[in-house]
Amino acid sequence: MRTDISKINEQSPAEDLTEGLMIFAGGTARDFKTGEWRTSTPIFDEEKCKQCLLCAPVCPDGCIPVKEGRREAFDLDHCKGCGICVKACPFGAIDMVEGMGV
Amino acid sequence: MAIKDRMSGNEAVAYAIKQVNPDVMPAFPITPSTEIPQLVSNYIANGEMDTEFIPVESEHSSMSATVGAESAGARSLTATSSCGLALMWEELLVAASNRLPLVLALVNRTLSGPININCDHSDSMGARDTGWIQIYAENNQEAYDNFIQAYPIAEDPRVHLPVMVCQDGFITSHAVQNILLEEDDKVKEFVGEYKPEEFLLNPGKPMAVGPYSVSNYAMEAKYNQEKAMENSGKVILEVAERFKKTFGRGFGFFEEYKTDDAEYIMLIMGSAAGTAKQAVDDLRAKGMKVGVLKLRVFRPFPADEIAKALSGCKAVAIMDRTESYNGHGGPLSSEVPAALFRNKVNIEAVSYIYGLAGRDFMVETAYEIFEELRDVVENGKKVKQHRYIGLRTREEQ
Repeated sequence: MRTDISKINEQSPAEDLTEGLMIFAGGTARDFKTGEWRTSTPIFDEEKCKQCLLCAPVCPDGCIPVKEGRREAFDLDHCKGCGICVKACPFGAIDMVEGMGV
Repeated sequence: MAIKDRMSGNEAVAYAIKQVNPDVMPAFPITPSTEIPQLVSNYIANGEMDTEFIPVESEHSSMSATVGAESAGARSLTATSSCGLALMWEELLVAASNRLPLVLALVNRTLSGPININCDHSDSMGARDTGWIQIYAENNQEAYDNFIQAYPIAEDPRVHLPVMVCQDGFITSHAVQNILLEEDDKVKEFVGEYKPEEFLLNPGKPMAVGPYSVSNYAMEAKYNQEKAMENSGKVILEVAERFKKTFGRGFGFFEEYKTDDAEYIMLIMGSAAGTAKQAVDDLRAKGMKVGVLKLRVFRPFPADEIAKALSGCKAVAIMDRTESYNGHGGPLSSEVPAALFRNKVNIEAVSYIYGLAGRDFMVETAYEIFEELRDVVENGKKVKQHRYIGLRTREEQ
């Protein structure tokens, strides 16, 4: 009775939900696109970035992926727009803009 | 062969716990249930059982730890009374909504104030809408028997709900009565091993318990929980049937004592039912057709069954051992008439409050109530509803 959360949505009837809404699976937060709660969005300026990587560990939602020592573009599917990365950046390489940033 | 012994209600429940030998018992002492964790601790210290006992700093913690242990995959329980249950309030709802089949041995005691340690049902009745199955005992034997049936009900895949096994503080918890104890291996076999399909301490099979739910899902979850409570009725009767086949003592949602031809019935829960039965015997000897409906299972509430059982009588006395402070009556006097009305059973129903904070319920009082019911039916006497019996007021004196 492992849970396939891709098969559960807001139209699922009560009978298809798990007891106590328990989730019998791991790592399901990845599939839950919480970025839609955002009201402002960080914009990354690659030119100004020195790849110091101070921003990545301070992100509460782990939305700054790092590969081979370099940060990549924001994961906006999960970013809540808190702006902590902006404060952490010593080089002004991140700006916050109003709205969803698209 | 059952073993004849004599025990207090607390000893009987502790003995049942020893026989079931659950995995984890977090508990905090409170009168009059203190002996249960104390005796279990003794059994553990003496090597007679191997339950992990967790002494905690409050009942908020004992129920939290019980919830945690049960989620982890351990068969768990705790015991409490009165304010202890009140302090567990939040976790009672968490246990039920997370569909955890844990068990609580409750020894009914009044809630403050005035602060008092004696029996009434205000603690469990206050928790009546927390989603727990509630089973009440008249005597020590029933407290023992009900505990043995608790896990098979709770853990049934059609149920997965916590069970509160209730007995009356001091009246049954501390009074020593004759009792039939069943053999260890037979009890263990009856209760069976706990094999949850999903649990937290299950390597390679991660799961989330109690996740946040947005409105789009929460109402469906509550509906499913209610359905499980409805389903539990069938399971309670199945387990009772199996218990009867195994140990010979039968149970239902309620016991009907001499109600077959009864014109007047007293509906009552817990130890006071024994007093009511004595009054029935005495009055029947004088030719009055009276009976007792002793409610055993309060949650799920057997509304249709109660209505059917009362449909042949002329009047029912509904006895509440707690106050709802609603200006209208106690919980039974709200739920029983609702059951009668819905089933179109049109009989006289009079609601009484008795035995608050340990006030004795006497056989003579039960006579008076039966006689009052007869007065209502035969002479059209207008009675006061929601009347306190055994109370000192200028009017009553």
